[in-house]
Amino acid sequence: MTQADTAKMKASNRRAGRKIGGTVAIFIVLSVLGLFMVLPIYLTIIMSVKPVEELFVFPPKMYVISPTLDNFRDMFESVRQNRVPFSRYVFNSVAVTVSVTVLQCVFASMAAFVLAKCRFPGSRLLNHVIVIALLYQSNVIYIMQYMVMSRLHLIDNPLALILPSIASPMGLFLMRQSISQMPDSMIEAAKVDGAGLFRICWQIVIPNQKPALMTLIIFAFQAAWNIQAGSLVFQEQYKTLPTAVTQAASSGMARAGVAMAAAVFMLIPPVIVFMLAQRYVIETMAHSGIKE
Amino acid sequence: MADRNKSRAARLWADIKRSRSCYLMLAPFMIFFIIFTIVPVVMSLPIGFTDFDMVNPPKYVGLSNYTTLFLSDRVFIRSIRVTIVFAFLTGPVSYFLCFMLAWLINELHPKLKTLFTLIFYVPSMANVYTVWQLIFSGDINGYLNSFLLDLGLINSPVQWLTDGRYILGVTIVVQLWISLGAGFLALRAGFQNIDRTLYEAGAVEGIRTRWQELIYIVIPSMGPQLMFAAVMQIVSSFTAGTVAQNLVGFPSTDYKAHTIMTHAYDYGWVRFEMGYAAAICTILFIFMYICSRLIHRVLSKYTD
Repeated sequence: MTQADTAKMKASNRRAGRKIGGTVAIFIVLSVLGLFMVLPIYLTIIMSVKPVEELFVFPPKMYVISPTLDNFRDMFESVRQNRVPFSRYVFNSVAVTVSVTVLQCVFASMAAFVLAKCRFPGSRLLNHVIVIALLYQSNVIYIMQYMVMSRLHLIDNPLALILPSIASPMGLFLMRQSISQMPDSMIEAAKVDGAGLFRICWQIVIPNQKPALMTLIIFAFQAAWNIQAGSLVFQEQYKTLPTAVTQAASSGMARAGVAMAAAVFMLIPPVIVFMLAQRYVIETMAHSGIKE
Repeated sequence: MADRNKSRAARLWADIKRSRSCYLMLAPFMIFFIIFTIVPVVMSLPIGFTDFDMVNPPKYVGLSNYTTLFLSDRVFIRSIRVTIVFAFLTGPVSYFLCFMLAWLINELHPKLKTLFTLIFYVPSMANVYTVWQLIFSGDINGYLNSFLLDLGLINSPVQWLTDGRYILGVTIVVQLWISLGAGFLALRAGFQNIDRTLYEAGAVEGIRTRWQELIYIVIPSMGPQLMFAAVMQIVSSFTAGTVAQNLVGFPSTDYKAHTIMTHAYDYGWVRFEMGYAAAICTILFIFMYICSRLIHRVLSKYTD
């Protein structure tokens, strides 16, 4: 955000008749609520750098006297005792996360555009099915999914971690809702110019949907980053970071420090992606929107 | 008659052929969606009418799962009550919070927007059950207990996670805390998309306060995002179960935090009675579907 942009925003706020007092009040309300929200996260971070002696003193302290990285070292140490090197888990997780995120965003964007803006036999039904798929939550589905995957010989295959997450009804629904707000006139104009649906989608619609697309990237990344091997792959060389880290941290409250370190460690990549995506949206869209 | 049917079929076929490019663009998503979502859902629907233990093939038992649920399963009736209390307390409150916070954040300077959005969203990214267990821990070492003892508000530590009186309350607090998730972020994106010149035009037409802006400009242009957030909220508040299971254990004292989803988990993964679990989930789905139709009707004037 440049100085000129800030000035433009201020001018726009003035034209809209906004007062600075209201903004300050909003800031204060949000800060108070925000404190409550970050407190557990703050405690998690503090506890991840507490040495063992400090973890269980009475009364529990909200700060750390002599911070240490022992918990993180412990976590890496116990992951290292597995048969495959740590870098292998990182590689697996990055491969799964990148492919799921990219494919999910590309496929959901195209399908969402068609469902939001085109009328064709079956379009109403499909729009309805997406919402039903979101609402139908059942643990029996996992068993059926498992049966489908074993029929496709996907069990113990690294693809088992990627393929089921590619088509996310939530991502499609998010994009569909957002695209439906675009004025039809923009799309009609492009059609008159002779552009095909594929070109309209990628050159006109999606570039105009950056806030929704960035939000989808955040969701997709976050979900994909946390994909666990579960009962889908058994070979250690195909397992992902969350599986390895959870194993390291799961020995009850005595290992609370390591569990905290694991939580902090796993949180870093999604937070970075979140910051990049949000900043990109906010700073490019600060004073423009879709114009009719 | 036959003729008319034929011409209708021909017209439909022509429509389908004309929409070829639509189907092509849908295909990549739909292939994966059908294999990994539709097929499993369609396969699991009839399981509710069977006795299925995952070892022997399903045996058809008619409606007996449903009659057992409503007539002799006292824990299920209790779980309906817990779910409804839980959903009606957390759902609307969290929906309101998502909307108001997303709106308030939108009024701030861009740098602060990113910061505050992160602060409110980060709980739904983190794995935080361990820290909440330490906060609500029942001995004097628990953060909350030690804090309240210091202030002199209580004389002996409270068993937050095992005392039947507090379990539901504690679960609701933690659920609310992690609930500013998908809906919140979608609403943030929606606000970001509102054309700023609308606000300026509003000021010219006599809109004086931010409150009026909200009613006359913001809400009418946010219909689709409001619907998305509502569906997300329904899903998270009706299917909540993981929070309770991770926090107060399973089963919780006196089934105080036993939701329908926990009940389905019990029969599915603990007792391996999949037919019964499927019947439970189908009932839950009907609840959620009715809810989403009602909200859709309320919001329909703002959506297409």
